[in-house]
Amino acid sequence: MARTVGVLGLQGDFARHLAALRRIHCPSRLVRRPEDLKTCDALILPGGESTTFMNLMERTGLAEAVPEFARNHFLFGTCAGLIVLATEIEGGCRFRPLGLIDLAVRRNAYGRQVDSFSERIRIPLFPENPAFEAVFIRAPKIVRLGGSTEPLGFHRDEVVLARNANVLAAAFHPELTRDSRIHDYFVRQLIG
Amino acid sequence: MEIFKGDKQFQIKVGLAEMLKGGVIMDVTNAEQAKIAEDAGAVAVMALERIPADIRAHGGVARMSNPKVIREIMDTVSIPVMAKCRIGHFAEAQVLEALGVDFIDESEVLTPADERYHVDKWKFKAPFVCGCRELGEALRRIAEGAAMIRTKGEAGTGNIIEAVRHMRTVISEMKRVRTLAEEELIITAKEMGVPVDLLVFIRKKGKLPVPNFAAGGIATPADASLMMQLGAESVFVGSGIFKSEDPAERAGAIVTAVTHYDNPDIVAKASEKLREAMPGLEISQIPEGQLIQGRGW
Repeated sequence: MARTVGVLGLQGDFARHLAALRRIHCPSRLVRRPEDLKTCDALILPGGESTTFMNLMERTGLAEAVPEFARNHFLFGTCAGLIVLATEIEGGCRFRPLGLIDLAVRRNAYGRQVDSFSERIRIPLFPENPAFEAVFIRAPKIVRLGGSTEPLGFHRDEVVLARNANVLAAAFHPELTRDSRIHDYFVRQLIG
Repeated sequence: MEIFKGDKQFQIKVGLAEMLKGGVIMDVTNAEQAKIAEDAGAVAVMALERIPADIRAHGGVARMSNPKVIREIMDTVSIPVMAKCRIGHFAEAQVLEALGVDFIDESEVLTPADERYHVDKWKFKAPFVCGCRELGEALRRIAEGAAMIRTKGEAGTGNIIEAVRHMRTVISEMKRVRTLAEEELIITAKEMGVPVDLLVFIRKKGKLPVPNFAAGGIATPADASLMMQLGAESVFVGSGIFKSEDPAERAGAIVTAVTHYDNPDIVAKASEKLREAMPGLEISQIPEGQLIQGRGW
């Protein structure tokens, strides 16, 4: 049976994740309320504005429902999604992140929009061609990696893709390019 | 984005517009208002000197905001900060880029600086958003380098009718382009005053190559839901929030209505506790020369 991947659709570039999942023939659905999770086998938290995400998750009850869902499902967060999943936001934030992957982030760590960029990163998970074009938009940096968190992708010396048991997180936007290998890894290798 | 495929810089600009989808961008005139907007769930704030309703009421030349105020707003919130420059005023745009503003709105709400040319937006690293009333205007702005389009509506009125007209016009013109025969493309592009490549893109995809947001006249949660259902991918709210009796509550309710725009029960619930909206302005009562939407060409 094909697994259905939910994409958090409160705000942000969720449509790009849905398109990426379509490209790899993976069934998907939008998640806007806690009950939407019932028909999902995994959840993607997209790019967008992390403060807005956390605000809306609190208002909709998803701030409790997603950690509950994470106890026995796979999650994948990109950019703002990574911030929401982190254990700690450097400098603090009005909202507490969900703490589902053991790492600390610094928001807008590369600067403002004029400092956004697209560059090749290295992902050893793909031995045949580890180069991956990664788009960083007002991107966060992972400033501390917990002991149980495995680094999977590197921009220069910095970790930009990481995983602990069932949570995958990227500081960049694999959904903005047509290279679907990370989505494919999430769907085929992790969810299985 | 096939037509701009090789242009990484443009993809990065459009990328930020993608991140702002499904959200509300709120006009603010100082850091305190920006904080209220961020706390209410805005995805970005638009820094301007006076909100459109006040520009309309007080007249005079409306210009780019004071850089000091923009900087204070940037220091106060973590969400992206946008700011407006006058149409064609590339030096104001340069100042905004130097300040590190995340998105520049080349806006008809300010007094135009050039009666013929808009800013050459390809020269900038900062992305631009521009207003439009119809498809031709949208495509000309994209040809000049705009990374986001918003329908103009009639700013500062609290009256949604013009925003609806402009969104419906753009959408129905795109439907018409989809039905064009190949041999009709060149002459149609000539008549519309747009590059053929962009028309070819619309014919193939049925949508703009950049995100399409709505602005001008949104005052209530139901207004926001209406624009989203008509095809807007996000909404700008200007005077509607800080001209109402309950800015923080109204801002939050409009955010909820955009997220759940297709769920009337949630929009109803979000609207229930609100007090008076801004007083509206009937379009026919506005003298011809004072319509803002006619600025831009």
